[in-house]
Amino acid sequence: MTAENAKQAQQFIEMIPHAKALGMEITQIGDGMTQIEMDYDTRFIGDPETQVISGGAVSALMDTCCGAAVMSHPKVVGATATIDLRIDYMRGATPGQRIRARAEVYHLTRTVAFVRAVSFDDDAENPVASAKGAFTVEQSE
Amino acid sequence: MSRPRPEPVQTVKQRRDAALRGLVASIPYGQYLGIHFDRRGDELTATMSFDEKLIGNPLLPALHGGATAAFLEITSVIALGWANLWEDMESGVLSLDELEAGHLPRLPKTIDFTVDYLRSGLPRDAYARARVNRSGRRYASVHVEAWQDQRSKLFAQATGHFLIPNSRGG
Repeated sequence: MTAENAKQAQQFIEMIPHAKALGMEITQIGDGMTQIEMDYDTRFIGDPETQVISGGAVSALMDTCCGAAVMSHPKVVGATATIDLRIDYMRGATPGQRIRARAEVYHLTRTVAFVRAVSFDDDAENPVASAKGAFTVEQSE
Repeated sequence: MSRPRPEPVQTVKQRRDAALRGLVASIPYGQYLGIHFDRRGDELTATMSFDEKLIGNPLLPALHGGATAAFLEITSVIALGWANLWEDMESGVLSLDELEAGHLPRLPKTIDFTVDYLRSGLPRDAYARARVNRSGRRYASVHVEAWQDQRSKLFAQATGHFLIPNSRGG
């Protein structure tokens, strides 16, 4: 069941037009934990002076990563939607570096998945951003 | 006591539109997402024109939560930057030449941003307006609401906190 869920979640995420447009790649998925990565791209710039990517692009990566973590949870069936998501921006991501987001479902009820996520660039000691959110669960076993 | 003659309407519009264009141009990601702004006096309304690349659930289909979050955040940053710019723009501290050359103060930096997803975003244009609830010397708090067909039926709302850059860089 676990491997099946991870496979289905991966297939679903790879179909998402917004995730494809931003070049997101799943590098790890399963058991309510996911890692998704995205290359730096000048289209994502939020501040031309510093060339730092927009917080919005980091939000999209974290939201996708959290949703994928929910779908990959062995007890969750079907797709999910974000109920709320809070993002803390700790620092600007270094221009030119790939961004990695890691998300985990830290609590699951029959109707809600509670998820947290962190994003890094090449400096794995200093997170770029962190997120916490609640996601819908259509059906859990 | 005679008040000075008001400026010609075209001068006022040219100045305000140049400032708004400069602000919007300073966020390339907003252009990539197809976000633009309409202005009535100092009131701004943002539009995110629908595009296939904004879809997050192809089966429904529905807008991606990340696209919605970015739309709300960019709307908030522009609204806050615009509010902070207003006085210098209207008093002439910032000249039209400077505004047109894009010599604008640095935009605020997002500290945190919390989005409530109220209903799924439909595959069509979305609109948003932000309200600056508090703007101090260093920090600001902004609330933003987004809707599609009906103004009273929000599909998402958010609150964010922002760091206002020093007027001299920083």
